[in-house]
Amino acid sequence: MNGTGSMTRGQAAIGLLIGAVVLTVAQYIGWLPNWMHRLPETAIPNFAMVLDIIFNFVKDDLGLLTFTRTLTEGLEWLLDVSGNIFYGKNRWPNIGPMPWTGLAAIAAVTGYYLGGWRLSLLGGGTMIWTALIGQWTIAMQTMSVLAIAAPLAFVIGLSLGIAAWKYEWVDKTIKPVLSVLQTLPFFTYLLPAVIFFKVGPTAGAVATTIYAIPPMILMTTLGLQKVSSEVVEAGKMSGCSKYQMLRHVYLPSARTEILVGVNQVIMLCLAMVVLTAFIGMPGLGAKLLAMMGSFKLGRSFEIGVTIVLLAVMLDRMSKAWVVKQPEHFERGTPFWKRHQMLLLGAGLFVGFTLLSLVLPIAAEIGRKQDFSQGKELDNLIKGFLDIEVVKSTTWFLRAFVNVKILIPFRDFMLSIPTFAFIMLVTAFALSLAGRKQAVLAALFFSLVALSGWWDRAIITLYSVVAAVTIAAIIGLPIGIIAARSEKWSTRVLLMCDTAQTFPSFVYLIPAIMLFGITDIAVIFSILIFAMVPLMRYTIEGLRTVPPEMTEAADMSGATRMQKLWNVQLPLALPTMAIGFNQAIMFAFFMVIIAAFIGTQDLGQELQRTLAGTNLGKNFVLGICVSLMALTFDLTIMKWAADKKRALGLP
Amino acid sequence: MKMMKTALTAGALALVPFAVLAEDSSDPIVIPIHNWSSQIVMSNVVGQILEGAGNSVEYVTTDSQAVYESVRLGDVTLEMEVWEGAFGASFRAAMEKGGIVDVGDHNAVTREDWWYPMWTKDACPGLPDWKALNDCAAIFATPETGEKGRYLDGPVDWLKHGAERVEALDMNFQVINAGSAAALWAEIGAAEADKKPIVVFNWTPNFAEAVWPGEFVEFPAWEEGCDKDPAVGPNPDALYDCGNPATGYLKKAAWDGMEAKWPAAYAILEKVSFTNPQIAQMAKLVDIDELEPDEAATAWMEANPDVWSGWVN
Repeated sequence: MNGTGSMTRGQAAIGLLIGAVVLTVAQYIGWLPNWMHRLPETAIPNFAMVLDIIFNFVKDDLGLLTFTRTLTEGLEWLLDVSGNIFYGKNRWPNIGPMPWTGLAAIAAVTGYYLGGWRLSLLGGGTMIWTALIGQWTIAMQTMSVLAIAAPLAFVIGLSLGIAAWKYEWVDKTIKPVLSVLQTLPFFTYLLPAVIFFKVGPTAGAVATTIYAIPPMILMTTLGLQKVSSEVVEAGKMSGCSKYQMLRHVYLPSARTEILVGVNQVIMLCLAMVVLTAFIGMPGLGAKLLAMMGSFKLGRSFEIGVTIVLLAVMLDRMSKAWVVKQPEHFERGTPFWKRHQMLLLGAGLFVGFTLLSLVLPIAAEIGRKQDFSQGKELDNLIKGFLDIEVVKSTTWFLRAFVNVKILIPFRDFMLSIPTFAFIMLVTAFALSLAGRKQAVLAALFFSLVALSGWWDRAIITLYSVVAAVTIAAIIGLPIGIIAARSEKWSTRVLLMCDTAQTFPSFVYLIPAIMLFGITDIAVIFSILIFAMVPLMRYTIEGLRTVPPEMTEAADMSGATRMQKLWNVQLPLALPTMAIGFNQAIMFAFFMVIIAAFIGTQDLGQELQRTLAGTNLGKNFVLGICVSLMALTFDLTIMKWAADKKRALGLP
Repeated sequence: MKMMKTALTAGALALVPFAVLAEDSSDPIVIPIHNWSSQIVMSNVVGQILEGAGNSVEYVTTDSQAVYESVRLGDVTLEMEVWEGAFGASFRAAMEKGGIVDVGDHNAVTREDWWYPMWTKDACPGLPDWKALNDCAAIFATPETGEKGRYLDGPVDWLKHGAERVEALDMNFQVINAGSAAALWAEIGAAEADKKPIVVFNWTPNFAEAVWPGEFVEFPAWEEGCDKDPAVGPNPDALYDCGNPATGYLKKAAWDGMEAKWPAAYAILEKVSFTNPQIAQMAKLVDIDELEPDEAATAWMEANPDVWSGWVN
């Protein structure tokens, strides 16, 4: 980007901005005719009907339904088998369920093998907690589906990743599809999943798999591209065939990236545990929804804790696996020595299984024997909400922040004429990214306007903007302070992991109890979620600033503040921008879920389409959300990439 | 492939004895479970009755609106609680598309309307009359509604017409829509702490009656046509100027292929009918006594054999 180019770009952006301001002022004075403020009803094409027709054509006339239903049968068989093994579903091979003591032993041994006694404690401890709190069966119902969905996502993601690395055109087609899939709200997946893959664990498994595939593809491609040419040469010289090259040269060299992909797959699978309960996923999520339906806060909280523990356990174990290098033994090492951990695990498992035959409590802990503290937790939560300080704070927030700031801000955003708003967004994309992104931004927001859901789209955007702004105000300082020391970085990152995997539904209820059914409750619940990437990437960005740079600053006698403002932050900014972008994406995800609190945005309309009669409308709404999210995604990512290149960062 | 065939054969063989007994298909009858207790326990009760009659039964958790599409497709076999108010629209839409049949009503009435927990009456003694409610509108005010009282309506997709009623009866209230039943409970739960007056959308039978005793607001009584003809009701120029019908239906529904595939089970389903107190009892077993739904179903069946034993045979 040369100097003159960016000048004209900047001027064009300012021109658009002035145009938008003029239009808005005209609107306030009352000079703007109505059709300039909002598109008239007659100008809105009936996208929903067209989509309905296309959908029915693909479903019935092209026979997609018959095809997916055949796939469903195979998937159902797999799920039945894992269901039997994990929780004793009455299906072939009729050997399950595994006793909890046996699984706890396996988790502990695996943890020890991968990362020593601390991981061992985490693995065994998680299993023991789950059993003692009385959630063993439902946890295993969840695991039985994840045990199929995660490997499925791994295999599909790996294959697509290899294909995208091998063939340019696959890469080109997959990228935009992935972006749309990642930004499409969950409520839009729901109905097609039910229609094509049958309500129940099958639809749950499919929705989970689709959601978890994208990072696997991206990480595989990334890993394969990074394989050094020396290794490739060595492989070619030893006469490898094409398949051998892939199997024995490329994939092992890309091991680290692929395993990071596996880690992401596992985390995303766990993130879907509750949402998929709407389409028949059994287990923890379904129980959580039932508990919330009858206002049992304590027990929903306990389920949330179990989900977090499972997630943290699997996350730490898979990360330890990434770091652990393959072991090599001297020739002639006896079998038992090479596989001592495997044998120990198997031995303990068999031992506990046998024990559980004579001692039922080792197999399952019944409802009356568990240690659930649901009622006590209920009282604790209610007691907290009843503290005078808490009550007066929330009342102040409602009376001041909501009534004086948020609601006027929303009304202001709604008062901007449609056309002026599109100009604003275009100016934003133009000044940050470039001409291509500006054209796309204008196109995307025009489509949103044409969809006929403009006002609701703006309210959605308002919640996102408000939440991300507040998240930045709180999250960035925390990230900056935590980045100063190793100890605090680890602590804050653990907090991030917890906030990310703790089911958002659990804090929707306390949010309502604190703030009532208001915009604050909605923004509060988005906020928790959106702060995670902001903190994470700020820490990551600051801690990866090249040490030469900070040393240079130290030598020239900069104070800590000067160093932070003039050296570290500018260098960390591109990485932080990626975090900012993710925060926006997370916010778009959460704002739709917040429809359960009560909103007037696209999420509310999406919720209304769930009865299954309005598939076209459901898609139109979903795509509106996706288009808005993509505009931000394209613009910010382009800006971050440009900036990184300019700074000479990797 | 071969393994799969063997597995399928083994599975089919395992189920043969049942098939011979009941003349029904040996495929499992799939019963949907939603997120409120009475429906979960009732579904478990019916599931256990059918299992006792030799059928194989499976439960699946689903969204309570999206379920009608699944019943139509035959993925889910039946639905135990079709509420007139909350799901009537989805049910009728599914009926029009075909694939779902009405299997008759429970011997229960459902009522859905403006409701308040008992402590509200202390602050507004004229209740349950709606005019008295309107006179104390100010005590229901929140920072967001200013002078007006706040009425918390059900989710928009339940189509409750709260705003139209406020308009039609010229009430000093502002209507806010909650996003889910859980959101309604959270608001009542928060108000409970310092006994703040609150008026919300609620319905019976459900668990809330046992947790928070309360009453429905008495609006001008429902008259046929109140939602279609402005002349009906006290305000001659407006629709929705009366309360909701105090006796809505509670239906059972089934996939239209059920009768042919599981004739015996279908015959039982036709006879199944629960009353309001029975439904409240089932909800109580889970919500107050903290039983798991399947245990609650067993316990309820043991306590009330005369209710259901007539339906089998």
